[in-house]
Amino acid sequence: MSDSLRTPMKVAQGLGSARSGAHHFMVQRITAVALIGLGLWFVWIALEMLHLDYAGARALIARPLNAVLMISFVIASFWHAQLGLQVVIEDYVHTRWLELASQIAIKFICFLGAAASVLAIIRIALASGPLGS
Amino acid sequence: MPATARPLSPHLSVYRWQIQMMTSIVHRGTGIFLAFGTILVCVGLLALAWSENAFAALRAFCASWIGMLLLLGWTWSLAFHLLNGIRHLLQDVGLGYAPATFVRNGWIVTIGSFVLTALVWACVFAQRGGT
Repeated sequence: MSDSLRTPMKVAQGLGSARSGAHHFMVQRITAVALIGLGLWFVWIALEMLHLDYAGARALIARPLNAVLMISFVIASFWHAQLGLQVVIEDYVHTRWLELASQIAIKFICFLGAAASVLAIIRIALASGPLGS
Repeated sequence: MPATARPLSPHLSVYRWQIQMMTSIVHRGTGIFLAFGTILVCVGLLALAWSENAFAALRAFCASWIGMLLLLGWTWSLAFHLLNGIRHLLQDVGLGYAPATFVRNGWIVTIGSFVLTALVWACVFAQRGGT
């Protein structure tokens, strides 16, 4: 710093501030709190599905409360996964281009996973017929 | 990458083993493994929306030995990440930092994760036996 003519303010600007720096931390905790309840609910649903046939399993997910909770579960899961994997990559991947590529890839995969899951749940909930054969 | 080969922390090789080392790295490991689990949840929902045959194929995979092993791994990972996550949330509000409490909670999380896994799989085999 001593050999630079820039002021400390100029050096710090644009690198994140107290206004937005805690955002990642907060969202990670909020999705974590949501996933305590949703995760336990998901285990119950998975156990329920064990003794159901195809029609029964669809009917279980199609129930409005279950459909809403399942949509919440997949969104919270993929969001929390993206935030967690982001930190792992920040910590261990030190090659700049590889770090950027993995961060973007994980964001894309998590978004696509959540979007595909939500579409599947909506189709099941609205009793749309099977997509394939 | 450091320009000079100076010693860097953490000096894992000189530390005595402690429970918090294990819970810390296992929290990361289970988190990464659970991220792959979310993809299976997505595939499961898509199979359910797709067709009876697709759902039957997924069921057959889950009932195979490799599928069961993966599901057992995901159950334990979820149990550990859930319990240790609750511990982290309590620590975020400033609770449980006294050394004795910290170590005790580490063991509660570790033993609790195996207890939870056993409970879930007891339900699995009870339901299987009942039908």
